[in-house]
Amino acid sequence: MSHHRVAARNLAYVYPDGHPALDGVNFEIGHGESVAVIGGNGAGKSTLLLHLNGVLRPTRGEVRIGDFPITPQNLAEIRRTVGTIFQDADDQLFMPSVFEDVAFGLAHQGLAADELAARVMQALETVGAAHLRDRPPYRLSGGEKRAVAIAGVLAMQPAILVMDEPSSGLDPRARRRLIQLLAGFDHTKIIATHDLDLVIDLCPRVLILHAGRIVADGTPDALFADRALLERCNLEMPLSQSRR
Amino acid sequence: MSRIETLLGEIHALDASAGQSTWLSRRDPRALVLATLAFILTVVSFHRYTVAALLPLALFPVVLAHLGNIPLRRIGSKLKIALPFALMIGMFNPLSDPLPRVEVLGHAISGGWLSLASILVRTILTVAAALILIACLGMPRLCAALDRLGMPRILTNQLLFMHRYLLLLASEMQSMNLARELRSNKPMGLRIYASLLGQLLLRVLERAQRIHQAMLSRGFTGLMPVIGRPLAWQRQDTVFLAICLVTFVWMRSADLSALLGHALMKVLA
Repeated sequence: MSHHRVAARNLAYVYPDGHPALDGVNFEIGHGESVAVIGGNGAGKSTLLLHLNGVLRPTRGEVRIGDFPITPQNLAEIRRTVGTIFQDADDQLFMPSVFEDVAFGLAHQGLAADELAARVMQALETVGAAHLRDRPPYRLSGGEKRAVAIAGVLAMQPAILVMDEPSSGLDPRARRRLIQLLAGFDHTKIIATHDLDLVIDLCPRVLILHAGRIVADGTPDALFADRALLERCNLEMPLSQSRR
Repeated sequence: MSRIETLLGEIHALDASAGQSTWLSRRDPRALVLATLAFILTVVSFHRYTVAALLPLALFPVVLAHLGNIPLRRIGSKLKIALPFALMIGMFNPLSDPLPRVEVLGHAISGGWLSLASILVRTILTVAAALILIACLGMPRLCAALDRLGMPRILTNQLLFMHRYLLLLASEMQSMNLARELRSNKPMGLRIYASLLGQLLLRVLERAQRIHQAMLSRGFTGLMPVIGRPLAWQRQDTVFLAICLVTFVWMRSADLSALLGHALMKVLA
């Protein structure tokens, strides 16, 4: 299915205060690929992700989802296709109960009540959070919040999952569970992260972003062995790699 | 600052009790909202020197708390928050209104003291009723009821979002203040206070923007969807509301305290 493809062409973005965040980004990600976007703080990762579902509009260049560029006319369709999971789960869980939060996106699609409930419960079961359905989100643990945020996106049955720092703030067990969960998905995945060991587990392909540009595109094995490149981009060899 | 957080935490704890299934929680939330509203209007409508005639109205919050299985002690601890405000409103009344109005056991009591007492009693009654309403329904069902009663959805959404994020903002304020305290042993000056507040505003704006982006990402078009069980008005709700209204009108028109007092005097005589 072609609409699982994501491409950026000469993508540039300048924040309203004049700070350039992206400066000519090019890449193409194919159906079912798992791609990590890594880079130091301020490299432009989050800004890049916000372009993939049209929350930010590029200053120059374009993003294509499937065969079409993102335009104001197809935004609703794009956002059904691209599911975005934000860095701070608290920003994403704004409804009064877990059930309502997961249903939020579906309710906007105008689904009938029983089909909506079925899809919500299915998504919650996928992430192992069905028992949380009536809880208010602010009472959940960090790992539970993350799981529910992912369920809210899964419920919309996106073809592409975009994640910003999915493992940040999780304890080791919750992080391991998350990695197993993500490994089971056959969506096209784009993951921005500082967690390079998670990259090794999940992503056969890595893009390194530095100062708003893609400076490397390759397998984790090749890129993580290049100490000079990593240092130039404010990164470090992952622990599991440096011990070898 | 941590006091603010405990306080907000207590409010969250309060509406966590809304989960229990009691006769009251099975009522249509609109019936409860309307009854509470009528109660507050009744309390407010009394003359400003009224004290004794207000006391029988305490029956409403007490019965409500009992039906909703809410310990009165928990309501009482939250009442303390509101009382200083009421005191502030009424504390100069005894000075500005020194004319004696009634005599109790040989002591003349001025209108100012009467109205101060009246303000305190009214505050306790109305705030207790509002707290019990929140404790019975929880914020989401309360907002759903207000929405169905015709409150503009933008306001009910504001309430829901405030309820969701207030605690988070309080903890951000607390961590900023902690960071300040760790680097300075001086008391907070006005300038630092102002810059902390400015920081907080920026953080609030940033968070609001991120939440909005998250909402847009899931197809938000400007209207919050209504999800969850629909409200259903039953005969029991009508009966409940009718009993409440009749009682309020009766208590408003007949001074129950005086009646009781006279009856008691007759028995004693």
